[in-house]
Amino acid sequence: MTASVVESGRFGAFGGRYVPETLIPALDALEVAYADALRDPAFVTALGDSLRTYVGRPSELSDAPHFSALIGAPVYLKREDLNHTGAHKINNAMAQALLAQRMGKKRIIAETGAGQHGVATATVCARLGLECVVYMGEEDMRRQQLNVFRMRLMGATVVPVLSGTRTLKDATSEAIRDWVTTCEGSHYIIGSVVGPAPYPRMVRDFQAIIGREARAQMLERAGRLPKSVVACIGGGSNAMGIFHAFVPDREVELVGVEAAGHGLATGQHSASLAQGTPGVLHGALSYLLQDDDGQIYPAHSVSAGLDYPGVGPEHAFLKDSGRGTYVSVTDDDALDAFGQFSRMEGIIPALETAHAISWIMANAGRWAPDEPVLLCVSGRGDKDVAQVAEMGIVPL
Amino acid sequence: MITQRFDSLRAAGRRALVCYATAGHPDRARSLALLQGLEAAGADVLEVGVPFSDPVADGPVIQSSSQQALAHGMTFEGALELITEAKLSVPVVLFSYLNPIVAAGPDALHRARAAGAHGVLVTDLPVGEDPEREAWFGAGPLDFVRLVAPTTPRDRMGLIATHGRGFVYLISRLGVTGMQDEISTSLPSTLATLREVCTLPICVGFGISTPAHARQVGALADGIVVGSAIVRAAERSVDEAVALTRSLRAALDEG
Repeated sequence: MTASVVESGRFGAFGGRYVPETLIPALDALEVAYADALRDPAFVTALGDSLRTYVGRPSELSDAPHFSALIGAPVYLKREDLNHTGAHKINNAMAQALLAQRMGKKRIIAETGAGQHGVATATVCARLGLECVVYMGEEDMRRQQLNVFRMRLMGATVVPVLSGTRTLKDATSEAIRDWVTTCEGSHYIIGSVVGPAPYPRMVRDFQAIIGREARAQMLERAGRLPKSVVACIGGGSNAMGIFHAFVPDREVELVGVEAAGHGLATGQHSASLAQGTPGVLHGALSYLLQDDDGQIYPAHSVSAGLDYPGVGPEHAFLKDSGRGTYVSVTDDDALDAFGQFSRMEGIIPALETAHAISWIMANAGRWAPDEPVLLCVSGRGDKDVAQVAEMGIVPL
Repeated sequence: MITQRFDSLRAAGRRALVCYATAGHPDRARSLALLQGLEAAGADVLEVGVPFSDPVADGPVIQSSSQQALAHGMTFEGALELITEAKLSVPVVLFSYLNPIVAAGPDALHRARAAGAHGVLVTDLPVGEDPEREAWFGAGPLDFVRLVAPTTPRDRMGLIATHGRGFVYLISRLGVTGMQDEISTSLPSTLATLREVCTLPICVGFGISTPAHARQVGALADGIVVGSAIVRAAERSVDEAVALTRSLRAALDEG
């Protein structure tokens, strides 16, 4: 078994381009522009400079003394929360915005759930002088008011999406509809490793810097590769980003943590890999939460960034091939980890990240004292404090 | 049956009126009355929408009708029952997305044919993107109607034409389904290019909502498809949708 990418835009059977005919030429053009850009030293240099001087890369690898003591093994934190705008999302947004500029596109479309991808996109658009339109579910706008404010502050237009579940799923559909209408002058910056080819591979490649840095940092700091690499999964971009460099390292376990919401048995969760079946949504064949009639279930997670009924097709492939291990954590356990980790390490993690933290906590003792664990801290939790306070867990 | 319909229209020098309705919208009883009313008002082909929860190719009107139909419990099977019960004499084309059709199982197309459908159109399965599933549609008992977009290059138009059966559905403009004030100015040249590479009848849809549009596009194409305007009229009453269809028929026949 190899986990190599089939260049047809498929990962095994998963992926593809299940989109309206109108978008096929735009996807063809994107594929070509992306390949050209990667071969162009000027693009590679411009991206590298932007990531270093504007985003703040490389991101640090921190130790976590109290958390490690609790787990019984050294846990290392890949600090994507320290990036400009506070999450890994900007790695991809910056790269795609530079690509859009290279393609002569003046208008950028994005969807957002928790708002982190929307903020990252609004940020790079301000920086590069591009018009920015962000689609966001009305329910998510309520949950993430701070991020809505940040996007508007930086000049983006935030369009509330009132259809369906009013969350990330419907925001993505609305962004696709915009692109079908404006594809000749607009570029759609998808925020995760989802959507039609070439997006899952391209976003993975732009996020793979997380794993490349972390792998080198682990070798330098721990003197060995991690036993396990752990990351949360909604669409799966921070997980694919940190996993990718480790895929050929067969001895390294790759663990993706989905949102179990109110519990897998309740049906109110976002665990597409654990509970879903293969189907087509938003341009790709992957695992989906769907009923027997092929209608998509509304997902649920306390974390807006994980609240999505699908998952990137490469994760579907890694699951079926056995290379990836996929588990899930409930809302309550993630909230508990959110508080505990904040107190223990002085790092307020995003609620998304808190799912991965919780899974490691629940598995304390699973690793020998000399087996390091690498955790992707996908983002910081400032955006979540108002929501958590509202839930009464920690008084504001 | 779709081909025969277009042959006889061509022989009579007439243009096809293709009317869309979402199965189960506004509710089951009115949906049934609407299908029969559209036929009586002069529709040549009926497109019956099998609702999908996430219709990315559709604008607000058909999105809303799909949500309402799903809320009333409409399914692929339910749409087939509706078609059977309507006892239509015009050809019926199922209009949907890949996911609900695949979920209906390997014999879904045969069940659809037995229920009285003649064609199938899948908005999110472009030519060449999934040969295995395309072969399933192509080898089945229904005419597999393919779509051409204004962005489709000439070579690809030819490829699409060779993969389609029944007719080719030309999308009139960039965007999703929905009404508009004016027909795209690029339509005549797109149609002319498509004609060069396509021997199937060509029907133009997306944004055709008034008798004036029907006349204008009818002068260029073999047929027109009207969807959102009918669905929006049906929101108010079946009679209104039927009256609109009559006016479209009259405009198309005046030429």
